[in-house]
Amino acid sequence: MLRILQFLYKLRSFLLFILLEVLAIWLLVQNNSPQGAAFFNSSNAMAGSILETQSDIRDFFSLAEANQALVVENSRLLEQLNSLKMEPDSIKLDLDSVLSAQFEFKGARVISNSLRFAQNHLTLNKGSLDGIEPGMGIFNEAGVVGRVKSVSKNYAVGISLLNNDLLISSIIKSTGDFGSINWDGKNSQKAKLLYVPRHVQAQVGDTVVTSGYSAVFPRNINIGVISNVIQSGDPNYLDIEVTLTTDFSKISYVYLVENTQANELDTLYQKSELPDEF
Amino acid sequence: MNFRNLISFIFLVLILGLVQILFLKNLALFGVAFCFIYLVGILSLPLQIRHVPLLLISFGIGLLIDVFYDTLGLNTLAATFMAFLRPYWLKILRPNGGYDDSSQPTLQEMGFGWFLSYSLPLTFGFSLIFFTADQWGTGAFLGILNKSLFSSIFTVLLAIIVQLLFFKRRRGI
Repeated sequence: MLRILQFLYKLRSFLLFILLEVLAIWLLVQNNSPQGAAFFNSSNAMAGSILETQSDIRDFFSLAEANQALVVENSRLLEQLNSLKMEPDSIKLDLDSVLSAQFEFKGARVISNSLRFAQNHLTLNKGSLDGIEPGMGIFNEAGVVGRVKSVSKNYAVGISLLNNDLLISSIIKSTGDFGSINWDGKNSQKAKLLYVPRHVQAQVGDTVVTSGYSAVFPRNINIGVISNVIQSGDPNYLDIEVTLTTDFSKISYVYLVENTQANELDTLYQKSELPDEF
Repeated sequence: MNFRNLISFIFLVLILGLVQILFLKNLALFGVAFCFIYLVGILSLPLQIRHVPLLLISFGIGLLIDVFYDTLGLNTLAATFMAFLRPYWLKILRPNGGYDDSSQPTLQEMGFGWFLSYSLPLTFGFSLIFFTADQWGTGAFLGILNKSLFSSIFTVLLAIIVQLLFFKRRRGI
């Protein structure tokens, strides 16, 4: 018995090494499951405040550009609002569920963002106090940015679209065929459109937008433009490359969208025993 | 490691960590060369440090960086691995007369050639584990090798510059 203990004591550094590595791998795996509630990430208060100060300083230098983008977005929204305004003499009808507000929008600022890994994340300066919840979609005026993963009181961490784990249900706007956008981990401006059958007439230059099938994003938010269609070795699906409309190297302000009927949809899916995509 | 050295070591790790988080997080030269300057903290621990504290310190530093990187476990895994390799690599590199008791594995004390052959393989090992874990199952092996090679060269270059500029001749870490 003593021999065994002595032997183990001699090996203690190796054993500690194995233990620590297993711990690290466990953290890695735990943290990468999309629903995992993670405490040790940049949404905790101290890490958040340091990153926010950094982003304050950096954003100061890109204020002009951010203003420009906001003005463009504002004018587009005003235009839409104008077309929706009711004539003063029109009759008010009770709206049915098709037109009721299914999505709520919020704004936030990106205080930390990464591009260079296979699994990128971003940190936002709003948290549960501002009504941010895990699962909300993130986009900006150019296109889809990602999805909220975990939330603390004042900060939120989102999975960037530039993340192997994130699939976004999308359609080719001109033909209406649907597929899933997934990033292949190589170029921060390109992503792949998966599961589009070979018979589809996808053209270079077609716009890809969100489908609205999943409960995360409303329909018709830009994702990208098809830049290459390859008839690859796969017998079932096309190999489509999409140039993303969002420039991930300089996102500063984003919008968050919440589906107010997500719970109802979820229960419906569960009742009919459909696997939910997200 | 006496109390004064401990304080200056903590100070060094904090500064390197801040630089890593604030300036080097999204830096990648030509898309392949990343910089992990905080490894200088682990590399410049005393030669006589025992294995167990070395592993624990590296684990802690890796975890600290991971919290800000949102890649929990990734830096921790690679930094602990590098700390595990360090004593064995030091044994291989031992000069004829053995190490001086009070000496530090820094550029100023051990010389340019020794430091290069000390730090380059260790940072390469770190990068290899880092990128393998990062691109698990998705990345091509050649891509990982490519990134690891250039990242370790870049890291060592920056480490040399940092030591030339900021480490004193007989610094008490």
